[in-house]
Amino acid sequence: MATRTDETARKSKILQALEDQNTSLTFDDPLANDLILNMGPQHPATHGVLRLLIRLDGETVIGCVPEIGYLHRGYEKLAENCSYHEFIPHTDRLDYISPLSNNTAYVLAVEKLLGIEAPERAQYIRVLISELARISSHLMFLGSLAMDVGALTVWMYAFREREKLYDVFELLAGARFTTSYTRIGGLAQDMTPEVAAMVRAFVNQFPEKLRECEKLIQTNRIFLGRTDGVGPISKEKAIDLGLTGPGLRACNVNFDLRKAVPYLVYDRLDFDVPVFEGGDSLARYYVRMEEMRQSARIVTQVLDTMPVGDIHAFKPKRVLPRKEKVYTKMEELIHDFMLINSGINPPVGEVYCSVEAPKGELGFYFYSDGSGQPWRMKIRSPSFVNLQSLTPMVVGSMVSDVVAIIGSLDPVMGEADK
Amino acid sequence: MGLEKALGDSFLLTKLEDAINWCRKNSLWPMPMGISCCAIEMMAFAGPRFDSSRFGSEVFRFSPRQADVMIVAGTTTYKMAKVVRKIYDQMPEPKWVIAMGACTSSGGIYRTYSVVQGIDQFLPVDVYVAGCPPRPDNLLKALMVLQEKVQRGESKGTEPGYLSDVPLNAKQPANI
Amino acid sequence: MKEKLLEKLALKFGESAFETSEFRNELTFVVPANRIVELCRFLKEDPDLEFDLLADLFGIDMYTPHRRFGVIYNVFSMRNKFRVRLKVFVEEENPVVPTVTSVWGTANWHERETHDMFGIVFEGHPDLRRVYMPDSYEHYPLRKDFPLMGIPGSIPLPKK
Repeated sequence: MATRTDETARKSKILQALEDQNTSLTFDDPLANDLILNMGPQHPATHGVLRLLIRLDGETVIGCVPEIGYLHRGYEKLAENCSYHEFIPHTDRLDYISPLSNNTAYVLAVEKLLGIEAPERAQYIRVLISELARISSHLMFLGSLAMDVGALTVWMYAFREREKLYDVFELLAGARFTTSYTRIGGLAQDMTPEVAAMVRAFVNQFPEKLRECEKLIQTNRIFLGRTDGVGPISKEKAIDLGLTGPGLRACNVNFDLRKAVPYLVYDRLDFDVPVFEGGDSLARYYVRMEEMRQSARIVTQVLDTMPVGDIHAFKPKRVLPRKEKVYTKMEELIHDFMLINSGINPPVGEVYCSVEAPKGELGFYFYSDGSGQPWRMKIRSPSFVNLQSLTPMVVGSMVSDVVAIIGSLDPVMGEADK
Repeated sequence: MGLEKALGDSFLLTKLEDAINWCRKNSLWPMPMGISCCAIEMMAFAGPRFDSSRFGSEVFRFSPRQADVMIVAGTTTYKMAKVVRKIYDQMPEPKWVIAMGACTSSGGIYRTYSVVQGIDQFLPVDVYVAGCPPRPDNLLKALMVLQEKVQRGESKGTEPGYLSDVPLNAKQPANI
Repeated sequence: MKEKLLEKLALKFGESAFETSEFRNELTFVVPANRIVELCRFLKEDPDLEFDLLADLFGIDMYTPHRRFGVIYNVFSMRNKFRVRLKVFVEEENPVVPTVTSVWGTANWHERETHDMFGIVFEGHPDLRRVYMPDSYEHYPLRKDFPLMGIPGSIPLPKK
């Protein structure tokens, strides 16, 4: 890089040449230096507050350093000061595009620590909401990727479908998103037949709406030109960098936690795991589109085979009792008081439990010292790890491809920055 | 911007101010400072169901130089505060700020070491919206409240010489 | 799988080289800091074990006078579908742990985060700087003696 003295020397040479009318003066090649471009935290296409420092040689990217931390809210420190129940609303705000799957992951980890299991019906409903959250997250991915490469209509269509899902969540859990629907040992409230009918109606009309969105972009030359072969990553590099979720399945690795280490009732349900090869943005797009269809299939199966029953485990010293009993019976009142004030007091030990969130492997680690607050809680967030693989994907492509690559990787900064 | 200044002192001015403020209020172009979860509700606010463009916010200008109102949506951390302030300073006057959600109004549910407890510690805020996240209809109501404020010609962050309540030949403050 | 793993470890490193514990069907080994890279490389490269995915790497502050800080490694084998946890404990005065970025590339950002939050230094790390807090921040937030609300004035705020 030219220093100050070189700059002033060059400028004075230019002025001198102008004065002397010497037209044969040559300048340094302006393209000889690299440009460092700052795709700052505030950018329409960075999916949140992600800062990218890109070193460019002309228009080709030769180096990229992602900088995160602009949304670091101190979750892990907060968890050490909250009881296990109090942290459930915080888990909504992690991956804020699919909050229900975070709720499920958290209570699964706490239940593993306690050694209890939620009843059958609760497990089926948890599978249902996880899959609806997956559809919601992938619809957002579809809308954002399409908007980033220029197809704005698909964003509107995807948001129309998401609004229908928000109606379902509102009726089921009381809030559009940030639902905090699951509880330790079960769920907040049961699913009424009205909600089941709404979900069924949504899933029945969903495949044709998805087909509508696909028809708009999937064979479009511009979309294919902007995503085919763009941002490739090899299988070995992907596993080495810890990439999980649809990004890994687009590199021809058949790894899905729902099939590998089945949790909830996934081992009783029949679904396929889409795997594509190529490792580029188009493969990641195909994986997510197919996953949405498989999720719709899972939802239909769950609605057909859901058992009737209780949604709360009966473990008086661990699970919060129902409000009607708290107001009328003595033991439940005492249990409620003790559980809220001093916490659930799990045994001393450590546990890690992970689920297949829409973005990848979301895991919670607890180290409990026997008191009502966890001694240490760690969130293994998929977006934090997936962002590491941004650098090998971006290096070698053009600067305009960076936007398409980030869109296809689909990071969520709330999760990456914890 | 400063149209009142350019036109000089006249008895037509009051009606003209009203007309100009009416024009301003019906074409507030927001700059979405979408940081976290509230950004999703802000996108829904711009989306097909709760359409913000029928209120005049036709486009969401991502460049601060072309926007009137900055909607700060999401938890502002200390690291991000510098960036938000820089973007705010780049907006041309008159400008307004909507603090969307509990996190921007007062720190929200995050009482931790890295979250600014309310953006009014470094930005002048005109409208605070409650909710975590606020529903899009809540944000529409905030936009309507802001429109009434614009009609009256008030803005917390803009130098008073650009709006109607200060005499036009007053001395400009030094730090413009 | 558990028996095979214990057998292979006993063969390579000797019987009871690491403290083993099990809770809720999860195996944990406590490893001394100087042997962690060797063990990780063995776990990754052995053809029967093949622990190819480092799921997580983070620190923990036990707040005891000796062996205050710990670094926990969460490794997963995609082929055998088995998970193992490794723990390394270091002292408060000199929290230095060798880096495992040469074994798994994903450890890069995880070790930066652990350094940012606890102050544990990973020797041999290619790029050890803070990841969440601003680079000029002086404290380590997740230590137990750091207050939740932070130290007022430690990060400057722009003027109104």
